[in-house]
Amino acid sequence: MLGMSANSVSYNEQSSVESGVDAAQENSSIPASSSGGLFSADYKKNEDLKEMLESSKESLKLEAMKRIVGLIAKGKNASELFPAVVKNVASKNIELKKLVYVYLVRYAEEQQDLALLSISTFQRALKDPNQLIRASALRVLSSIRVPIIVPIMMLSIKEASTDLSPYVRKTAAHAIQKLYSLDPDQKEHLIEVIEKLLKDKSTLVAGSVVMAFEEVCPDRIDLIHKNYRKLCNLLVDVEEWGQVVIIHMLTRYARTQFVSPWREDAVFDENSEKAFYDSEEERRVEQSKPYIMDPDHRLLLRNTKPLLQSRNTAVVMAVSQLYWHLAPTHELSIITKSLVRLLRSHREVQYIVLQNIATMSIQRKGMFEPFMKSFYVRSTDATHIKTLKLEILTNLANEANISTILREFQTYVKSQDKAFAAATIQAIGRCATNISEVTDTCLNGLVLLLSNRDETVVAESVVVIKKLLQTQPSQHSDIIKHMAKLFDNITVSMARASILWLMGEYCEHVPKIAPDVLRKMAKTFTSEEDIVKLQTVNLAAKLYLTNSKQTKLLTQYILNLGKYDQSYDIRDRTRFIRQLIVPNEKSGALSKYARRILMAPKPAPVLQSAFKDRDRFQLGTLSHSLNSQANGYLELSDWPAVAPDQSVRIVEVVEPVKEAGAPVFGKSKPGKSDEKFYSDSEEEEEEEEEGSSSEDSSSSSSEESESESESEENSDDSNKSSSSQSDSEKKKKTLKNKKLQQQKPDSKDRKQKNGSAVKGESRSESESASESSSSESSSESGSELDSDSDSGTDQKKNTRSKPVQSKPVTTQVEKKEVSLLDLDDFSPAAVTTPKSSILSPSLLSDLQGLSISPTASALQASSPVFVPETSRELLHRMTGKGLSAQYRFTRQPCIYGNSMVSLQLTLSNSSDQALENIHISEKSSTGQNIHRFNAIERLEPQASVTVSMGVDFNDSTQAANFQLCTKEDEFSVSIQPAVGELLLPITMSEADFTKEQSKLVGMNESSATITMTPENVSSQSVNRKVVSVANLGVIPSSQENIHRFAGKTVSSGCLVLVSVALKDPDAVITINTENTVMASMLLRQFKTALTNSGP
Amino acid sequence: MLAAAKMIHSLFLVNASGDIFLEKHWKSVVSRSVCDYFFEALERATEPENVPPVIPTPHHFLINVLRHRIYFVAVIQSEVPPLFVIEFLHRVVDTFQDYFGVCSEAAIKDNVVVVYELLEEMLDNGFPLATESNILKELIKPPTILRTVVNTITGSTNVGEQLPTGQLSVVPWRRTGVKYTNNEAYFDVVEEIDAIIDKSGSTITAEIQGVIDACVKLTGMPDLTLSFMNPRLLDDVSFHPCVRFKRWEAERILSFIPPDGNFRLLSYHVSSQNLVAIPVYVKHNISFREGSSQGRFELTLGPKQTMGKAVESVLVSSQLPRGVLNANLSPSQGTYTFDPVTKLLSWDVGKINPQKLPSLKGSVSLQTGASKPDENPTINIQFKIQQLAISGLKVNRLDMYGEKYKPFKGIKYMTKAGKFQVRT
Repeated sequence: MLGMSANSVSYNEQSSVESGVDAAQENSSIPASSSGGLFSADYKKNEDLKEMLESSKESLKLEAMKRIVGLIAKGKNASELFPAVVKNVASKNIELKKLVYVYLVRYAEEQQDLALLSISTFQRALKDPNQLIRASALRVLSSIRVPIIVPIMMLSIKEASTDLSPYVRKTAAHAIQKLYSLDPDQKEHLIEVIEKLLKDKSTLVAGSVVMAFEEVCPDRIDLIHKNYRKLCNLLVDVEEWGQVVIIHMLTRYARTQFVSPWREDAVFDENSEKAFYDSEEERRVEQSKPYIMDPDHRLLLRNTKPLLQSRNTAVVMAVSQLYWHLAPTHELSIITKSLVRLLRSHREVQYIVLQNIATMSIQRKGMFEPFMKSFYVRSTDATHIKTLKLEILTNLANEANISTILREFQTYVKSQDKAFAAATIQAIGRCATNISEVTDTCLNGLVLLLSNRDETVVAESVVVIKKLLQTQPSQHSDIIKHMAKLFDNITVSMARASILWLMGEYCEHVPKIAPDVLRKMAKTFTSEEDIVKLQTVNLAAKLYLTNSKQTKLLTQYILNLGKYDQSYDIRDRTRFIRQLIVPNEKSGALSKYARRILMAPKPAPVLQSAFKDRDRFQLGTLSHSLNSQANGYLELSDWPAVAPDQSVRIVEVVEPVKEAGAPVFGKSKPGKSDEKFYSDSEEEEEEEEEGSSSEDSSSSSSEESESESESEENSDDSNKSSSSQSDSEKKKKTLKNKKLQQQKPDSKDRKQKNGSAVKGESRSESESASESSSSESSSESGSELDSDSDSGTDQKKNTRSKPVQSKPVTTQVEKKEVSLLDLDDFSPAAVTTPKSSILSPSLLSDLQGLSISPTASALQASSPVFVPETSRELLHRMTGKGLSAQYRFTRQPCIYGNSMVSLQLTLSNSSDQALENIHISEKSSTGQNIHRFNAIERLEPQASVTVSMGVDFNDSTQAANFQLCTKEDEFSVSIQPAVGELLLPITMSEADFTKEQSKLVGMNESSATITMTPENVSSQSVNRKVVSVANLGVIPSSQENIHRFAGKTVSSGCLVLVSVALKDPDAVITINTENTVMASMLLRQFKTALTNSGP
Repeated sequence: MLAAAKMIHSLFLVNASGDIFLEKHWKSVVSRSVCDYFFEALERATEPENVPPVIPTPHHFLINVLRHRIYFVAVIQSEVPPLFVIEFLHRVVDTFQDYFGVCSEAAIKDNVVVVYELLEEMLDNGFPLATESNILKELIKPPTILRTVVNTITGSTNVGEQLPTGQLSVVPWRRTGVKYTNNEAYFDVVEEIDAIIDKSGSTITAEIQGVIDACVKLTGMPDLTLSFMNPRLLDDVSFHPCVRFKRWEAERILSFIPPDGNFRLLSYHVSSQNLVAIPVYVKHNISFREGSSQGRFELTLGPKQTMGKAVESVLVSSQLPRGVLNANLSPSQGTYTFDPVTKLLSWDVGKINPQKLPSLKGSVSLQTGASKPDENPTINIQFKIQQLAISGLKVNRLDMYGEKYKPFKGIKYMTKAGKFQVRT
């Protein structure tokens, strides 16, 4: 036993040298705990183990070793068996030998002298003809942490690094790290070996040697230069763990060697891409351009991209962080999908990925916005996952999606997980400060939460309200009053303190209530928590200064109570306040400024993401995950201003990379697979690009061909119709392109229309729509379809439509101010409620559900089922003198007004000068009410910005024309909505649907029978087609062959019910709505969509 | 300068009751007292899942994963990508499961020697070495009852006599010299629907996650190609390393030399941009009244959009609010249980008969005096639909090159509920 304890002492000393004092303390408990056991049963057991090991029978020895390994696994000490075990190191039995190795590596450090006995065996094995035996010997030898054998290890590593077998060389690379941690003085020699191994062309070695490089000499970036291109090219074939290490190293390398691709004058057109593929000469010509990505930089990005498809989450994350830190911003989007895919993985993976997404989403909302729903919280998520998702949702919130996000948050506030509910309230607070349009709504919603039963929820709400009110106190005296009323019922001290602070800070806004609150506090002062007491003293002081007549006595009373309080903090504060506010001889100059000291305007707190400062760490690292620098973290350097010499990376002889010692297999394989598994050739990239572009072009061309074929079909009719129209056209000053428009009216539809009794004012609306679209200089494909609906026979009615139109516009102006956010009910009540009222509907009405039992309303607005990604052109860069604009319909309820359709505009500057003051001119040429986006002060060249706006189309497809202005120019643009965009989805139960449908019969019903193409018959494709045409909600249906959809028109809130009944091979589309014009337009679009094949 | 030892230093396995039952060190020994920081975190966590995956301690970092109610705690000393460690730990669990059938404390204790041998091969000095199942199986044979018996009698070993040639090969995932008398290749297309359904029954978010799991037992070095009728459906994919990425990019064909045995060929994602068919619906009426100690509870399930296939193995579970004392319900079919301690209600429904919809009705009793719960419980549903891939994905054909024999080929489709939640 004596010997043993001596050993353990020496062991402790050694480890303390290695890993610091703490480790020594941790280690000291091992011998202490296990030596106790040795006296009793274990001692005996070890005796017979020793006997078994001494025996001549292999099976007994093996059995003994197995039991010993069992002991090690349990953390028991088996070191005293060392002499008996080490004798078997040269055993012929492979399993026995392996187990001895396990033992040896575990205890050699403690039994250094005895361990030396085994060394010669390994030295012999290092010369074995079999590469695997050589490798395994080196592996064990280098794992024996005995300082005396350092020279032997060094020699073996050097020899192994020149071994013919790549597997042995790989083992040598591993051994480098082991030797380095045993004896850091060997660094210089080891670097030589690393340098040699870095030149190795085997994929087996690459990962391991880069690992050794990162460990031993991460600052020797110069060693990488010559191997850079080789590493990039090998990367796809390296094993997955090696890939992670190499990618991280190359990220650091690239940041020191290339110039930033994020410069504003960067040029990323095809030329720069081409430059890489083309010959050297051409590339030089290109150099004159402002920024061209170094081809080596491009090589890295290109060769890492396929790894986003790896099954290994660490590899995907590594590539993502590489793109984040190295790729030009417009190429960044490719990592989004892969990261979102990782969210399906294990909980722990989710945690890390969400952390990284949280950091990314602060800087680039756009990357993850389309995937917002992937971050919706499930009740089964772990709390830390929930909080991270919440963080990301808050980061993603913008004007366009805030209504959806807030609706989701309402569910979370009610969560049983109160910590999560509290976090949600903070998130609502952050949304409120970031998006000024919803501040009031959020604030009102939070006030409602004050009557919640749960204390945590109430407390959090108070704290958040306090922060929000600080930003705009004057308008909210009624909220402060409301909080004062609730004060008696709130018990959480933080919340009470917050209310008291608010009272004091804004006592001038609530001159009557504040003294009363102080009076109440005077009564309960002694039983309050410290934090509440401090705020009471504050409140007293502030009231004394502003309203001393009423509160003088109260203040003195409270100050007296405070003077004798148990807490010295409170005694201190009381003394300080008394000196400050009560003038006497001693107080001196300060009390003159008491008012200015206490009542100074305080800056509003900034509510920002907890991930705000995490971007100082490289993504995907442990330091990022912990938000503190971990030991061994390597800083990512800033881009150099001028690129270092590129020629350092040029390697004279480029040999084809071939695996040494790779067995030849698959002689009879087809030609294709003879190539590398992942090809790193340029073709790949090209094919990729071709693939994607052809996809695009094919889809767009099919669209074109559709419309073309249609026009051909109808050409006969249209000729006729145009002639018949000639009279009516004379009556008006017709624009030339009007004819173009009317060239293809759908004859069938016209017949139907003529046959039906429905005409009148609704027709005139559609007419006006067509007029505006025809006045457009360049009409897009969509508008042609829309404008078909007018048959041209009743154009005279057009004049009538004008006054009809102007009326709603004026009412809209009133509406616009009123409700900033109306999430669920678009009832007229919303219109009449004054803005400042606490009880305005909207979010409020939902949050009310917290206290009142939820009653499901029949009609509920829901989020869109499908949001098309495609955007249409508003202004081409040629016509816009460099300014180009695209728009898309977000299909979200518009936050600017109930009757508006929300649009997202992407403005880009393709000129070489910054554009200033981009805005929409105040005068709009058509009657629509438009919510303009805030003027953009400056748009840098090549930059683009996304803004949101709202247009009230008045439920007609008439285009909205307006002027897009810059400082110098004005451009007339127009947005023509497809009829399906003028709807908002709603959900209701199936029963409600049929009920509503039965009310809308007769002339409110239009239907058509179509023959479905076979691939459209599946319910999925029907759903997909319908919702892609129109923004409708899917109604759950119990019948499999009937699909139901519901929506309402944005402006008038008119119900639109669509049902598709499948009767193989036919289908009947029925639309029930009061707005019959819209119905016929929709019907036609559905017909086209459902009878056409394709996606 | 102190050598910063990278990667995984030690591994501790901790069971549900907080005992360390296995430890393995790849470098110098780290005392198990380092786990005290982990136990602290474990105590703080309300649920086992709430333990943070990364825990900093003064001199180490603990990265843990929880699988099969066992925490795998890795000790790290310095900067390392956390996902690297997490992914590796999961790979360890997968390997154990592959070897022992289950990954439980008992199985690990029973096979402690094999576990040690595996861990020894999987990491060298804390850096992953051999993680491919095919290579490992060449090195260490999985235990079987027969082999255990034979081993004890003859004294032969688990450790393979051959050397791990696979590690040297260009196809490191496939062991060499595979021979079968019956050559067969089976592919399972399994899709899971993740969805959140709101109160009114409309879908808030839904997406499909699919995998193709393969069981390939083919002699020699077969080279397979698998093509789909509608490959465009696949929105985002990740591959087993054996799949040739380039051919996928160019032709949307999966071309690969398969590993021997079971492996996951492909996982894919069909995004929420496409519409996802929801195969079941839930009608619910759950209400609590203020002041009353009784609450109403009614659930009815029904199939929809199932393409005529039966919905089977339906299991409904719901975490009822804390104030609920007991539930008195009657199911029209299947059995239900309510655990008054965890408040977990689960109802094993079985198969849904469209003619007679399964329902669960009755009342729940609340603690007297307790206030009405704020929120109605969320309902989690599990189900299976055989012979259906809900996304509509279809395998077109499977071809084999490189070998002469005719293999037996089979493809199976299945749809399951993933994280399928109904908010009430």
